[in-house]
Amino acid sequence: MKQKPRVAVFDFADCEGCELQIANLEEEIIDLLEIVDVVSFREVMKEHSDQYDIALVEGSIMRPIDEKRLQGIRKNAKILVALGACATIGGVNKIRNQWMPDEVMKQVYGDAKVKGNELFNVGKAKALNEVVPVDYYIHGCPIDRDEFKQVITALALGKKPEIPRYPVCVECKKNENICQFELGNFCLGPITRAGCKAICPTHNMPCDGCRGLIKKAETECVKEVLERYHLTYEDIRRRCTMYNYGREECTYDK
Amino acid sequence: MTSKKDFSIHVEHLTRVEGHGNIILDVKNGAIQQVQWQVSEAPRFFEAMLRGQHYHELRPITSRICGICSIGHSLASLKATEDALGLQITPQTGMLRRLAINAENMQSHILHIGYLAAPDLFGVGSVFPLIGGKHTDAVLKIVWLHRLANEMSDLICGRTIHPIRLIVGGFSALPTPTQLTNLRKRLEEGQTVTQQVADIIHGVADRLPTFTRETEYIALSTGDEYAFYDGNITSTDTGVVSDPLRYPTITNEYVVPQSTAKYTKHHRDSYMVGALARFNNNSSQLHPKAKHLAQLFHLNAINYNPFMNTIAQLVEYMHNIEDSIHLIDALLDGSLKEEKPVKAKPKAGRGVGLVEVPRGLLIHDYTLNAQGYCTKANCVIPTNQNHANIQKDMEKLVPEILDQSPQDIELTLEMLVRAYDPCISCSTHYLTVTFI
Repeated sequence: MKQKPRVAVFDFADCEGCELQIANLEEEIIDLLEIVDVVSFREVMKEHSDQYDIALVEGSIMRPIDEKRLQGIRKNAKILVALGACATIGGVNKIRNQWMPDEVMKQVYGDAKVKGNELFNVGKAKALNEVVPVDYYIHGCPIDRDEFKQVITALALGKKPEIPRYPVCVECKKNENICQFELGNFCLGPITRAGCKAICPTHNMPCDGCRGLIKKAETECVKEVLERYHLTYEDIRRRCTMYNYGREECTYDK
Repeated sequence: MTSKKDFSIHVEHLTRVEGHGNIILDVKNGAIQQVQWQVSEAPRFFEAMLRGQHYHELRPITSRICGICSIGHSLASLKATEDALGLQITPQTGMLRRLAINAENMQSHILHIGYLAAPDLFGVGSVFPLIGGKHTDAVLKIVWLHRLANEMSDLICGRTIHPIRLIVGGFSALPTPTQLTNLRKRLEEGQTVTQQVADIIHGVADRLPTFTRETEYIALSTGDEYAFYDGNITSTDTGVVSDPLRYPTITNEYVVPQSTAKYTKHHRDSYMVGALARFNNNSSQLHPKAKHLAQLFHLNAINYNPFMNTIAQLVEYMHNIEDSIHLIDALLDGSLKEEKPVKAKPKAGRGVGLVEVPRGLLIHDYTLNAQGYCTKANCVIPTNQNHANIQKDMEKLVPEILDQSPQDIELTLEMLVRAYDPCISCSTHYLTVTFI
């Protein structure tokens, strides 16, 4: 039998909730261990190896020391997967990019002598693909456990994982939810990538856009929704402040 | 082993804790040159990010400070927001929020006990090697308890990490009576499984070091219950502080160069928060089965051994189950109502939210303007409050174990930090700072 792919998990600036979603697979983790070998996962294991095929990387990149560490991981890994919104699109960490790093530093650290201390040398918050090439993306804040299993299974079998390119509205309709716009809320569902099973609208809350913006062309299927509420892709994009501070249309769907 | 030895320990990015921290120990000619707990996590500037956000956004954004205690951050955020707006929640919302905090405490505690702390007691590097051998059954029981807690969070909050249903004034959606009845059955079963896990841990508990150091323990307390959702800040040294706005007189935050997380101190050089601090302040209010578990481990207040924090967590897991059963009974007796969230009107004001989360006292403090936008925010995180206590423990512990091998010293120091179950991402969320 072919050797199992070796997987390593790494984290940068974030809440580590996406790694916790892996633990939240409960007994199913044991099934995943049948198809991959976990060789490094600091949050749950003491052992560490730099010999790995697949790196799952969580978090945003804040400092030069973090960029260096990520570049090292990229060098070691055959496949690099961005895990969760902080890694895929920068997520909530990018909210602070509306101010210059110096200003945020000054507000937080005052006149403290942290100059020259590399721990405190903070730049703009970045998604992983602003520092190194990323091969695949597992979106969400947090990631969806089922999607995680599908991606890992595909990679372990040497296949290309498929991530939806259509909007959250498609899944929301499938769940027979009342449209959030109908309820008087503003929802990012029409321009946000599906794959979350429309979990927020299903619990009666509008979509915040944590899975990133799909391409404008992919919103054709929600044309009716947009027309009904007199909205355009651009109108909704302007409201993307929590997760999509730069409001960038996805650049890597091929 | 001779005591006149030279060695250094440098644990970079300590494993099996949440976030990035280092342990440094430098010994020359048998004398300690340096012993230090360092926090190297990248700062994240949440308070800066909250400026200018509408009050409805504060909860979802601050939830993202921490994946493990996102329910706790959500509740502290909602309490601070509602306090600033002068909003009263209904008794039903209060009960459902208590269920939510019980669920999170259970999830976080069993994760720590089973996946992060237990491998040291079984002499392995992670939980993975324990699967498939003679400990498989123990692992599966722990997974079962983890699943129970997560299913409970999913039911009450819509999602276990970054809850969806918890909103200003109440809930966006509610569980059905049938769902609560089913959960109650599972919780009954959970009491038996918890007892079984406790018996397994009891069998290896002699591996927990017997180290003690007198310190101050700070937790919320109230006459009504073993405090999680509500209460006044209470210290084992100085008693109760009844005005929440006076929290800075307790936390006294300061910055040290080896850490991107702030430190705190109150009556002594350091204090401790978390399960052991709650136990030491409030153990008489535990439910009966939890008290029984504490007795099994000879855990009595005041206990000064930080390694017993893991045992206090186990005791609290049992308490959270018992408490949740009572809450569900009360909710079902009062025939759960289809309540809509209480409506809020924007108004200028300041509000403080105090909650006990798995790792201890969490404080959110917001100032809103007349339009309901946040102009100032401060969050004090449990792990920040423990960093100085970890450092002080290390300074007392190292001389006591210096005759051991460097490998054993390293393991004991790692176990010490893990016992606090630190949540380092949380502690470097960052805030406005005064330097000393």
